Formats: sequence, C-alpha cells, structure tokens
Amino acid sequence: MQKLLLLGDEAIAQGALDAGLSGIYAYPGTPSTEITEFVQNSRQAFENKVRCSWSANEKTAMEAALGMSYAGKRVMVCMKHVGLNVAADPFMNSAITGANGGMIVVAADDPSMHSSQNEQDSRFFGKFAMIPILEPANQQEAYDMVHYGFDFSEKYKIPVLMRIPTRLAHSRSGVERNTARKQNDIALPDNLRQYVLLPAYARKRYSHLLKEQVKYEEESENSQFNRYIDGDDKSRGIIVCGIAYNYLLENYPERKVPFPVLKIGQYPLPKKMIERMLSECTELLILEDGYPFVEEMIKGFLSDAGKVKGRLDGTIPRDGELNPNIVAFALGIEETKGLDIPALMVNRPPSLCSCCPHIDSFNAINEVMAPFTKGRVFSDIGCYTLGALHPFETINSCVDMGASITMAKGATDAGLVPSIAVIGDSTFSHSGMTGLLDAVNDKSPVTVFILDNKTTAMTGGQDSPCNGKIEDICKGVGVEEAHIHVIRPLKKYHKENVKIINEELAYKGVSVIIPRRECVVNINKRTREKIKKANNI
Amino acid sequence: MKRDIILAGVGGQGIISIASIIGFTALQLGLYMKQSEVHGMSQRGGNVQSNLRISDKEIASDLIPLGKADLIISVEPLESLRYLPGLCKDGWVITSTKPYVNITNYPPIDDILKEIKSLPHHIALEAETIAKAAGSVKAANIVILGAASPFLDMAFEKLENAIRFIFRKKGEEITAINLKALHAGRNFTDQNMAN
Ligand SMILES: Cc1ncc(C[n+]2csc(CCOP(=O)(O)OP(=O)(O)O)c2C)c(N)n1
Ligand code: SF4
Repeated sequence: MQKLLLLGDEAIAQGALDAGLSGIYAYPGTPSTEITEFVQNSRQAFENKVRCSWSANEKTAMEAALGMSYAGKRVMVCMKHVGLNVAADPFMNSAITGANGGMIVVAADDPSMHSSQNEQDSRFFGKFAMIPILEPANQQEAYDMVHYGFDFSEKYKIPVLMRIPTRLAHSRSGVERNTARKQNDIALPDNLRQYVLLPAYARKRYSHLLKEQVKYEEESENSQFNRYIDGDDKSRGIIVCGIAYNYLLENYPERKVPFPVLKIGQYPLPKKMIERMLSECTELLILEDGYPFVEEMIKGFLSDAGKVKGRLDGTIPRDGELNPNIVAFALGIEETKGLDIPALMVNRPPSLCSCCPHIDSFNAINEVMAPFTKGRVFSDIGCYTLGALHPFETINSCVDMGASITMAKGATDAGLVPSIAVIGDSTFSHSGMTGLLDAVNDKSPVTVFILDNKTTAMTGGQDSPCNGKIEDICKGVGVEEAHIHVIRPLKKYHKENVKIINEELAYKGVSVIIPRRECVVNINKRTREKIKKANNI
Repeated sequence: MKRDIILAGVGGQGIISIASIIGFTALQLGLYMKQSEVHGMSQRGGNVQSNLRISDKEIASDLIPLGKADLIISVEPLESLRYLPGLCKDGWVITSTKPYVNITNYPPIDDILKEIKSLPHHIALEAETIAKAAGSVKAANIVILGAASPFLDMAFEKLENAIRFIFRKKGEEITAINLKALHAGRNFTDQNMAN
C-alpha cells in the first residue's frame, strides 16, 4: 500500500482509524495535540462517523473513553504527560475495571521540557496501574502498535498505555498503511458488574489483574516489539527502549552494533531476555528517553551497582532528552561537534504576539497592583504565562492547570489580601470552575481574571470548551452578577478598565473580570479558512 | 546520497514550507526522509529549528548528530549562527541577511554579518529585497530555498515541480511568483560561486 509522510502523532491517529476506531477523546497538550487534530481533519474519520471533538479536560476524556469501551467499541484517549495526572483517577481504576472494546491511552512525554512544566515519565503510571505499555521507536512502529494494542486490549480486556516522546510525536517520516478494518458493533461486557468497583467486586477484579500479569509478561517475551539482537562483543549488553534505539543505530553507519542489544517496545519487561543479557554480558548499558525507569528496575535496591550503567551512575545525564551524541559519549565513540556558537549569540525566548489581547490585560493589572507589595498575582498555563517575562513580569505562579484561582484563594486565606488570579478561558473550563466554587463558598476576597481570547491559543487554537458560557458558569457557581465584568482589553479602554478593576479589588468577596478579545493568530486563521471555503478549495 | 539539513528561523517565519518543498521532492525521488518539527511554546516568536534528513538509505535518528549536518538554511541572520555546532566541516550556511528584531539585546547586525562572512562556506543574501522584485516579500523563504538548491543534490526541475504542486491551490499568480523567487535565489548563488 502507499507510503504516507506522517508525524509520529499522525501515524498513531491513522493507525487507530485503520484499526477500526469509533471515538477519540482528548484535551489539547503539546506534544499530543496532533493525534486528535489528524482525526478531526480526516475524511476517513468523517465518513465513518468517528467521534472526535475536544473534551473539557483529560479526566472527562478518560471517563468518556471508558464508557465507549464499556459499550464494546474501540476508543483512544490522548494527552500530554501531565494530562495523565489529571486523568489519574479514572486511569488507575480502569486497570481494575478492565476494558471491553479495545482502549488505548496515549501519553506524550516531553523530555527536556520543550513545552511543559516537568519531564515526568508516563511509564511509571503504566507500571503503577499494572497495565501493558507500548513504546514505539519510530513512526512505522507507532502505526503498527496501535492495531496490536487494540487487539491486545480486547484479548485481555485491559486498557493499554502507549507512551511517546516529543521527538517522535513531532517528527515526520514515511509510514506504510495496512488495510482498514471495520468498527466494532455495540456489545456490553459479559459481566455487568465488571465496572462496579464496590469493595467486594473491586477485590475480585484486582486479584484478576494481579493474575493476568503473568500473561502480560509472556506476551512481552514473545512480542514482535521486543527483540534480542545478539552481538559478538559480550563486554557490554545494551537495553534500549523506544526512540533511543534510533540514536544507538545512528552511531553505527552500517547499522551493525557489535554488542548484544535488547530492543524494548513493550512492557512489562521481558524478564527472561533481560536475565539472558545479564548472564552473558559483563556490563549493561541502559538507554531510555525519560526517567531511569528500566535502569532502576534492573538495578533494584541492593544489586551490584557497577554492572548497570545509565542515568543513575552518570554515564548518561540524569535529566533531559537523549540524542545521538549522548549515546555516542556513553559508548566511547568520538565526539563530532562542529564550530562553536559565536560569542555574540543571545537567547530569543518566546514572546506574546504584537497586538495580543493579553498585553493590554497585563498592562492594566500591573497598574492596579503597583501600590501593593510584589508577588500577589497567581497565574496558570497558556500564552499568558509569558506574562512572567520581561517587559511585564506580572505573574508569580504557573503550577498546573487551574491552580491560579485555588492558589490565590489559599493565599488570601493566609492573609495575603489582595491576591488575584489570572487564568485563560480554556484553562478555566479545564480546571478553573471547581476552584471558583471553593472561593465562592468561602467568600474569599479574590479577583479572578478570566482572559477570554476565545480559543486555546497556546496549543495552536483549538475551540475552548466554555466558549460563550463563561459569565453563565460564573453566575451558576455563585459569583454575584454585580461582580462579574466583561472588559475590552484595548489601549483606548485602559483607564476605564483600571477603574473597574480597582473597584473589584476593594470588594471583599469573589469577583470576576473577563477581558474579552480574540487571539490575533486565531483571527488570522479563521480569515484564511473563510477565504479557502469561499474559493471552494 | 545523504543530505542532513538544519532549517533555522524565528517562530512564524515559515521554515516549515521550505522543509515541505524539499521533503516533497525527496519523496518524488524515492528517497527516505525524516523531518522533526517544533510545535507549541517556542513557536511564539522564539527561535525555532527543524532537522531535515534525506538519504537513499534508511535513516535511524530523527535528530542530526552534532557536526553532521551538510547545510544550515536560515531565514534570519542571527539564527543562522545558533546551530553551528551541528554543521560538518565542509558544510554550507545559506542565510537571509534581514534581521528579525524582537528582543532588546539583539546584537549589532554588522557584527552578525561579519561572523557569517568569516565562515568558510556561506551564502548570505537579501532575500526579502529579491523576493519583492520577484513579486512578493512573502516569497523570501523560497528565495532562500533557491539559493540553497545547488547544495541539495536534487534536480532543479524537481524543486520547481514541488512548488507547482504545493502552491497549486493558491492560484497561478502566486505559483509564478514563487517560481520566480526560486530562480532568483538560485541565480544569486550561481553568480556568487562563479566569482
Ligand atoms: C493538564 C494539562 N493539560 C494540557 C496542558 C497543555 N496546555 C498548556 S496551556 C493550555 C491551554 C491554554 O489555553 P487558555 O487557557 O485559553 O490560554 P491561551 O493560551 O489561549 O492564552 C494547554 C492545553 C497542560 N499544560 N496541562
Ligand atoms: S497566539 Fe494569540 S493569545 Fe497567544 S500570544 Fe499570540 S495573540 Fe496572544
């Protein structure tokens, strides 16, 4: 069949469509966003009525996916690594309920934190939940593993986690397609108590999960994605996970590694293969992108520390993304660096677009906060996080989605009044609403800015789940109507806006200010799409 | 045949369209390719790069090892210098000379140009001026592509075809401007090499 040029993300999406996907659930998050966007733009998905719009957050996405799997259909749920924290409750429990229709959870990790708050390794979540993990090395494997993963999920009635790093998610390569298969028909679980996690049932389900571990391990020993490639030089054995395999091969132009190599693409780890390598090789080098997950497991707590090399003993840097040069260094292969960067080089950090509505909001906030001591502006994640940088230096926190409102509330509880929260419209619908309810219930003296640019700008302009509903949500949660203000973040209204904000800062309860103006990138995008439509292309 | 290319610029300058034209051509020629892109945070006015790898043999890594890139193609002069550790000894830097100043500590442009001129193999051109003459400043990245074309080891006609294909939906006029821009960039390098 024809070869397609696909991002790793897109290969996963195409793989899912060809494997008979009925629905995809997700909240955007770099580097996972393009999986869902590919399905949203796919004719194949449209013709087969694949459900694909954005969810309010990763938890609601995971739960909806669980429901679709319950009904017997194949479903995928996608998120960035920190999204799995938000979805952790349904995720952990889905291992106990198990699946019915095939269910794959895709977590896209971001080693080196290209666009994230941390570089947590989702494989720990897979192990924590005791479910199988798939970790593709390249775009083709990403495609193939989806089909395999759905089959596995349906064979063992268990969700499967797929873990990819940014480098694979956002790199394009040729992918060969399989023939597409049909979606499942509706078919409920044989046992209608499977999903009822009352303690008495849950205990049964949990011991079932524990028993199944042996079978998952057996599958790993025989999987096409775990390969033992023998080598003559037994002074070193190399265990290499996912994308790290490419960096290893890159260092051998003829693609022949002299050492035995164990290529890992599926977990739980194939114990027998590892034992073979341990017994045959003098030393073990572990190459994995992310945390020293495999390394820690093999090294254990007390084992002979000298034999296992990797991130823990400094052979590989403890943090950050792998690359061919780091692997070369670990193998003792000569460094190939080019010229040095000239001394005049300066950093060019990301910045807000000119005419961005957030600029006017920050200018207003800076003016009203000027009389107070610094450090009272709690914020969140989105384009507006750039308000921490020069020239604004407005905000003092960015922790996890939704934390602005709740942190500001906590600070006022501690007596830091006034404290304000600055949150984007999409982040507000993701996790801001519940925190606002807490603040209302306590009548906390916080002023909440919901920066409504009518889109989820940071991740490329997806629809914001609460678009058109923000005032109603605030009212519904109990914010008094007199203390909800929509303002226009434009230079010409600056004075007027500052006056409104000052009044609300003085109010000893919850007030909400909604600076509303569309993101300029979004306006341009919409205009381009309109022209395209008008020209019928 | 192997070409490892680092594309450099500032978020929003459109280095991806250069990548897609070269990539499309590579596929037409039946070559293997890998192309890593940058999405998300760094897009907003920050420095961006893309690793584009083309080969007649299967490619292992999505990232080009340091010191192994054959070319740096940059749409901005300061950015053309940022990835020098990636370039191999005989590698070429092809860059626009028009600075994109969105930081307060942007180094003096003359110093930057001096650095570029001190590189053993470089082509530096006023891509925007040349693009304007071809019909639109927007085609500046295609001028750069034209200037890089002699180093790509791909037939020039194949690149022309790729432009015709990729711009087909934008109408004949825009296609013609971009083809003109491609030629103008190519001419610049040809004359430069002749001198
Ligand atoms: C749990 C979690 N999910 C997703 C993300 C990725 N993410 C970062 S900011 C953002 C959305 C921001 O949208 P909005 O709040 O509307 O602000 P804007 O960028 O539009 O200014 C997303 C989805 C994340 N960091 N954490
Ligand atoms: S993308 Fe939109 S919200 Fe983000 S900085 Fe640019 S204008 Fe502002």
